[in-house]
Amino acid sequence: MARMKFLCDADRCIDCNACVTACKNENDVPWGINRRRVVTINDGKPGERSVSMACMHCTDPPCAAVCPVNCIFPTEDGIVLHNKDQCIGCGYCFYACPFGAPQYPQVGNFGTRGKMDKCTYCAGGGGAEAPGSAAEFAKYGSDRFGQGKLPMCAEMCSTKSLLAGDGDIIAQIYGERVRKRGYGSGAWGWTTAYHKDVGV
Amino acid sequence: MTFFARFRLATFVLALLAIIVAAPVLAQKSGSDGAPNPTASVTSQRELLQQVPRITGRIDIPDTRASVLIQPAGRTWEYFHQVLLRWGGAIVIVGTVALLVIAYLILGRLPISAGRSGQKVVRFETFERFAHWLTAASFVILGLTGLNITFGKAVVLPLVGPDLFSDISQLAKYVHNFTSFAFVLGLVLILVIFLRDNLLEKVDIDWLKQGGGFIKNRHAPAGRFNLGEKMVFWLSIAAGIAVSASGFLLLFPFYGTNILGMQLAQVVHAVVAVLFIALILAHIYIGTVGMEGAFEAMGTGEVDLNWAKEHHDQWLAKKLAAEDRRGEPTATPAE
Repeated sequence: MARMKFLCDADRCIDCNACVTACKNENDVPWGINRRRVVTINDGKPGERSVSMACMHCTDPPCAAVCPVNCIFPTEDGIVLHNKDQCIGCGYCFYACPFGAPQYPQVGNFGTRGKMDKCTYCAGGGGAEAPGSAAEFAKYGSDRFGQGKLPMCAEMCSTKSLLAGDGDIIAQIYGERVRKRGYGSGAWGWTTAYHKDVGV
Repeated sequence: MTFFARFRLATFVLALLAIIVAAPVLAQKSGSDGAPNPTASVTSQRELLQQVPRITGRIDIPDTRASVLIQPAGRTWEYFHQVLLRWGGAIVIVGTVALLVIAYLILGRLPISAGRSGQKVVRFETFERFAHWLTAASFVILGLTGLNITFGKAVVLPLVGPDLFSDISQLAKYVHNFTSFAFVLGLVLILVIFLRDNLLEKVDIDWLKQGGGFIKNRHAPAGRFNLGEKMVFWLSIAAGIAVSASGFLLLFPFYGTNILGMQLAQVVHAVVAVLFIALILAHIYIGTVGMEGAFEAMGTGEVDLNWAKEHHDQWLAKKLAAEDRRGEPTATPAE
């Protein structure tokens, strides 16, 4: 069974934000919600690196553990999905998430949170809606995964910095790159998300 | 050279050695302005995570929370929430209930030794009781809806199923958020009304020496509130302020704080709330089944004269003296 993961090769990322745009367009994500973002470290200084980050679809997902209504769960492919019908908008998944992935639409004054929204690995939703249905798209976005396709962000990446797919395969691709070019800033978030780093 | 001087010298030499050894490594990592050395070809995620608790950077969107790239502390907070809080909270609350049951089995209901006199004295005015019950009612609502967030999925969810439990929890969240304002109002009223009578006095030491009224045939003297009640008052005020302050941080997320601040606010809120619930369970016990004649004080506002004599003799004496001076009836006969 494939274990789906993301890997951002920061030494290739050019901060073009095409992954962010692709995600928004593919999933019709509303204003104010960013399922994927690009963070630039050491901006303008030597050693600057940009990293594209979304939900990493963790092993033992901390969001799922702390959820008071158990609405978040990993699928058999290791993709972390959630049921928006059950979400109460408490915000705990954001406190537990090491990657700032959960997003909440503002539904009232001050900090009133609506149903949590996050990267679904373009695999539809975790609710009762039929896979690939219009109802599912409206609530969660695209189900590319159900059609055998990978997430749009990684597919669109112009420098092939953002890799998606089976964890072992993308780790192998990244490992080969690092060996060939002689350097690599690491598989960002992997130790935190999957309890293991990429052996290079 | 004394022993301590030698010790200091050895420490200094060790520190110096450490600096000399570490210096090249530090020089490699950052320049004089804190920027990484240009000759360092690689920024390493692993080294960054060793240096800082959270990796942050520049983002292109207005949401400042998104600037935190990786915060491994999320998993630490998960451990607190799922292991420490759930087990700690369950042990403290169930343990308190167990202790109170044992106390009841051993001590039973503390009676009014001299029996009821049939005469009543006013202990709490209407407004005082309003302040108490406003706080009490909102506390119970906040306690139950709050416990649901931590323990609901283990206790309630298996009974009602995920969809109904989600609806209940959604409602509970809103009830919890809005009841908080009533609780804070009650807390402020209680602080203002009862502050003067809860200042520590000399008689409190005597009360403690006499075993606080729990030892038979020993009279424990007290003013309007005894030391036990004063402790409940001050602990409640302290816990109330802590849960209110941390609660409002949680209610207005990321207003003037960051992810660490939110996590800490949740930790403080949860830990203090669990201890607060344990304290109030004991308070409810002694005010209801634990002692004869105690509930009336907050129920009707009037207590039996003999109860007042046994538990708050100094308060009663002052009250009766004051009423004598005004020419009012000392105590009203029961109807």
